Amino acid sequence: MKIFFTVLGAAVAFFLTVAMIGLTDWDRPPLVTTQNGFRGTAMAQVHTREGAAETKDANLAPAPADPAEPGDDLAGTTYENVQVLKNVSVNEFNRLMVSMTEWVSPEQGCTYCHNTENMADDSLYQKKVARRMLQMTQHLNSTWKDKHTGGAGVTCYTCHRGQPVPANVWFTDPGPNRPGGFVPRNNGQNLAKASVGLASLPYDTLTEYLADKNIDNNAIRVNATTALPTSKGKPIQDAEKTYGLMIHMSEGLGVNCTFCHNTRAISNWSQSTPQRTTAWHGIRMVRDLNGNYLEPLLSTFPPNRLGALGDVPKVNCTTCHNGVNKPLNGAHVVDAYPELATSTETASATPPAAEPAVPATPPAPMPAPQ
Amino acid sequence: MAMLSFERKYRIRGGTLVGGDLFDFWVGPFYVGFFGVTTLFFSVLGTALIIYGAALGPTWNIWQINIAPPDLKYGLALAPLQEGGLWQIITFCAVGAFTSWALREVEICRKLGIGYHVPFAFAMAIFAYVTLVVIRPLLMGAWGHGFPYGILSHLDWVSNTGYQYLHFHYNPAHMLAVTFFFTTTLALSLHGSLILSSTNPGKGEVVKTPEHEDTFFRDTIGYSIGTLGIHRLGLFLALSAGFWSAVCIVISGPFWTRGWPEWWGWWLNLPVWR
Repeated sequence: MKIFFTVLGAAVAFFLTVAMIGLTDWDRPPLVTTQNGFRGTAMAQVHTREGAAETKDANLAPAPADPAEPGDDLAGTTYENVQVLKNVSVNEFNRLMVSMTEWVSPEQGCTYCHNTENMADDSLYQKKVARRMLQMTQHLNSTWKDKHTGGAGVTCYTCHRGQPVPANVWFTDPGPNRPGGFVPRNNGQNLAKASVGLASLPYDTLTEYLADKNIDNNAIRVNATTALPTSKGKPIQDAEKTYGLMIHMSEGLGVNCTFCHNTRAISNWSQSTPQRTTAWHGIRMVRDLNGNYLEPLLSTFPPNRLGALGDVPKVNCTTCHNGVNKPLNGAHVVDAYPELATSTETASATPPAAEPAVPATPPAPMPAPQ
Repeated sequence: MAMLSFERKYRIRGGTLVGGDLFDFWVGPFYVGFFGVTTLFFSVLGTALIIYGAALGPTWNIWQINIAPPDLKYGLALAPLQEGGLWQIITFCAVGAFTSWALREVEICRKLGIGYHVPFAFAMAIFAYVTLVVIRPLLMGAWGHGFPYGILSHLDWVSNTGYQYLHFHYNPAHMLAVTFFFTTTLALSLHGSLILSSTNPGKGEVVKTPEHEDTFFRDTIGYSIGTLGIHRLGLFLALSAGFWSAVCIVISGPFWTRGWPEWWGWWLNLPVWR
């Protein structure tokens, strides 16, 4: 019996070892590494040369459409039911419509959004969503230009990549569905979900931190700001949620923690890289987009476009970034489409979105967590 | 220097690896040998360069002195002295000094006709160090991936290197190394407390024999590995800790560039339930 269990144990250990070495998609040199801290701090991004080339090729920006012929006719006066792009010339308007088709529904064509009998008809939900998405794009390229998107800007292609539904949208994760019997309490973690890079961390951290536009600005911060405790502090579960969110950001941008943080003092702004400021605004931007542009589309989307809990598809860092720290390798995609660069929302039928809750002061020292 | 009564029998000629009889002599109680000379050369030069580097730096605060490796842009080339070149020479001196010391241990083992356990064990520590500052930087393509020489700065390096892979505790070789380190200390504490208690009996009692020692652990945990076995086990645990430490860092970067939690995808991909 003893021999049997010894042999069994050795066999199981052997096969698991073979499996873990054989089933793992190992990397190998040569590597490309980029330094983003003082030498010797190990603040560096590490990729394989092969992987970096693949990622670069997978994130090429499409060539912009040929410039439109100049013309004075405005889309708002020529066409019916134009709400967002009223003040754009007809030629410019049509050029954008063609580009949008390329970006979003190249296979489905114009009919994905339009009733070709009557292009002004709003009967297809896709058209109403597209209108709101146009406003969102303008909002992104204007309101968030200085804080996050920079000169690069975004177009529909940044997220859509030739697909009507972007590959990286997300829904609230309802967790395991085990009908009947005892329901184990898992505290929303320990499920090796891709949303947290297969870690045991809380897997639905996005709903808490990215879906709620009115969240407390310090919700993510768990580090104490004083050497000795002045209050009860936050529970370790909050630290794990924050860690989960940070893993999402790392995975979404194809970077590691040291891209923004010097981990000797993760919370310390003066030791962090400039990218952390961009990311800080990015978190608020995502909340703004989810809360003000996507949540209001709840009644517009048909049920099959909603998540398991009936929530709208939402954006996170990966939606635009798709694994690179600058979407589409940093191409200035909005330059060729000036009509997407400024907000025309006040001229539209939809009420303007509320200003995001961003403090005027830089995100330097934040108050102690409660 | 006073000579202990048993020292004379350790002074055995021959057994040198290089240099023949040239360096086969003692200075006071210390055997010199060719590798004693090279150890001295490399350690004095390396230490002097560290002090020189500290003098060039902004502080004499012992905690904050930092001699950092070159920027990654220098790749595997030599860097200017004040921009990592010092680190490169010091690293060369350190490897030279450590290796010399290990070979000097080998010579002493040969003189005494004992096994090579001590130099082998030390070689494992050298291997871990060389993995950190030579093998891994070579594989990653830049000396700048080595760790900086400084009490606090090398800890900062450890922290950031861990976070390069998002969550280093998911590194399987790190798990093994940590487990071996803890087990080493557990075994040493069990063994040390046993020996101390058996050799320091209560008043009026006699020193206990290994028979007592074995019986103590057979009574408490059902097994005693024995007086010789515990030393073999201790050596195995300690060497394994060092070995897996070297493995855990050399796979981080050269053979795995993503977050370590993701590595465990192999479990999710087992053909049984994939």
